[in-house]
Amino acid sequence: MMAAPHRAAPLTSRGGRRAALAGRRAWLPIAIPAATLFIAFWLLPMAKLAGLGAATPQGMESSAYWLVVTQPRYWHSLANTVALSLGATLATLAIALPVSRFLARHPHFPGRRALMALLLFPLAFPGVVVGFLVILTTGRQGVLNTLSRALTGEPTVLAYGMAGLFIGYLYFLLPRTIGVLMAAVEGIDKQWLEAAQTLGARPWRRFIDIELPALSSALTAAGAMCFATAMGAFGTVFTLGTRIDVLPITIYDEFTHYANIPVAAALSVVLGLATWAVLYAANAFAGRAAHGR
Amino acid sequence: MTHSRFDTRLGLAVTLAVTAFLIGPVLLSVSAGLTRNYFVGLDSGLTLKWVAQVWELYADTIWRSYAVALITLGVTLAIGVPAAWVLTLYPGRLARLLEELLTLPVAVPGLATALALIVSWGSVGWLRSSVAFIVIGHVLFTLPFMVRAARAGMQGSDLRTLDEAAATLGASHRQRFFDIVVPAARSGIVTGALTVVTLSIGEFNLTWLLHTPLTKTLPVGLADSYASMRLEVASAYTLVFLLMLLPLMIGLQWFAARSTRSGGLSLGAST
Repeated sequence: MMAAPHRAAPLTSRGGRRAALAGRRAWLPIAIPAATLFIAFWLLPMAKLAGLGAATPQGMESSAYWLVVTQPRYWHSLANTVALSLGATLATLAIALPVSRFLARHPHFPGRRALMALLLFPLAFPGVVVGFLVILTTGRQGVLNTLSRALTGEPTVLAYGMAGLFIGYLYFLLPRTIGVLMAAVEGIDKQWLEAAQTLGARPWRRFIDIELPALSSALTAAGAMCFATAMGAFGTVFTLGTRIDVLPITIYDEFTHYANIPVAAALSVVLGLATWAVLYAANAFAGRAAHGR
Repeated sequence: MTHSRFDTRLGLAVTLAVTAFLIGPVLLSVSAGLTRNYFVGLDSGLTLKWVAQVWELYADTIWRSYAVALITLGVTLAIGVPAAWVLTLYPGRLARLLEELLTLPVAVPGLATALALIVSWGSVGWLRSSVAFIVIGHVLFTLPFMVRAARAGMQGSDLRTLDEAAATLGASHRQRFFDIVVPAARSGIVTGALTVVTLSIGEFNLTWLLHTPLTKTLPVGLADSYASMRLEVASAYTLVFLLMLLPLMIGLQWFAARSTRSGGLSLGAST
C-alpha cells in the first residue's frame, strides 16, 4: 500500500523526476534498429567513400580531392552546377512568391482545392519524368518546336542543353516552394499591414517594408532547399542527355565510364558537403530570425 | 484589409501561368500515350495499343516497384515509428541532432549515397544482385519522412502524460506502445506511410546505380523507354506511372488537409 502513492507522486518531485528519467531510458532500445541501419548502411559507407577520395587515381600523382579542386574540367563542372542551381533558385522564388501570396490571401474561392491539388501533384514526379516532360514540350518533336516552325519557320529546341535543364529545375522546384511560402504568408501578422495601410502606406511600400522582411527567413529556407535539390538533381539531366556538363553527370561518368572511383568519391563528397552546408546554414539563419522576432 | 487590384490580378495571372506550366506537359504526355500516331495528332484516333505494349514489355518493373515500396514501407514502419517515439521522449538538443543525422540521406544527393553503398556493400554478391540492395537505399531515403510524420502525430494530446499514467497503472512497454502511442499517432503514421510508398515508387537516383538487369524498377524502366522507345510508348508508360501515383497523392492531400493548418505536404521525389 505504501509503494503505490509514491509511484504516482507528481512528476515535479525529485523521486518522480528520477522515475520519469528511468522510464524514458527504458524506451531507448526500440530506437536501436533504426540507428544500426543508419550507421551500417549510410554513416560508415559515407566515411569509406570520403576515405576513398583521399586515394590517388591510377596514373596520377596527387589525391583525388586535390585533382578535383585543381583540374579545370572538374571545377568548371562545379561552377556550371552552382550557376544553374542559383539561377533556378532565384527564378523559382520570384515566380512562387506571387503565387503563394495570391493563394494565402484568397483562402476561399471555387476550385481552390482542385487548383492546389494540381499545383502539388508534380511533387511526386521523379527527375526522369520531369526530363521527359521537358522533352515533350521543348524537345525536337515538342510543342514549342512545332509552334515556332509554324510561326517563324525557324526551329526552337531547348530541351537538350542548359536551357532545358533550367526549365526542368523550375518544374520540380516550383511545387516544393509554393507550399512553404504559402504557410509563411499566412503567418504574417495582419495587424502590421493594416496599421501601415491606416498610416497611408502604398501597397508597394507595405510589400517592401513589412512583407518581405517578415518573409525573409522563409525565403532563405526555401531558397536553400531549392539550391540543394537543384545541385544534386540527376534524373532530369540523365533523361535530357548526358552531354550537359553538371556535377551529378560528371560523377556518374567518372564512376561508370572511366571506373575512376577515387575521383567519383571525391566529387560526391564535395557535392554532398556543399549541399548539406547550404541547408544547414540556411536553417540556422532561419531559426535565428524566428527567435529574434 | 484590402488588397490592391494590381496585386490580385498579378497573383491570379502568375498562378494560372504556373498551373499551365506544371499541368500542360502532363496532359500532353497523357494524350501522346493514348494517340495512335502522335506526329499526326489526335486525328489519327485514340488507342490503348501503347498501354498494352507497355504492359507486355514492362509489367515486371511495375510489380517489382510495388513490392519494393511495400517492403520499404514495412521496414520504415517497424524501425521508424519506434525511433520517432524515442525522439519525442527526448526533445532536447541531442535528439534534434540525431534527427538531423537521419535526414542526411535526403539532404545529400542520392548519387553520393548510392556510391557509398556500392563501395561498402557492393562486394557482398548476394546482396548486390538482389532487390534487397534497392530496398536498403529506399529505406535510407524514406525513413526521415516516416520519422517526421510519426513524430508530428505524437506531438499533440499530452501523449507523454498518458503514457506515464499507463505505466503507473502497470501497463507493459509493449502495451503502452501499441495501445497508446501508435493509436494516438495514427494520422501521422498514415501520412508517413503514403509518403514512403509515393517516394519509393518514384525513386530513380539511387535505384539507377543500385539495380541490376534483373532488378529493374518502374523508374529504371521509364528511363530505358525514354532512351529507346517511340514517344507513344514512353508516354503510355508515364501514364501508367501517373495512374499509380494518383490515389497516393489524393490520399496524402486529404490527410494533410486534415492534420496540418496550411495543408502543406512535406514530400519531394528524388530529382
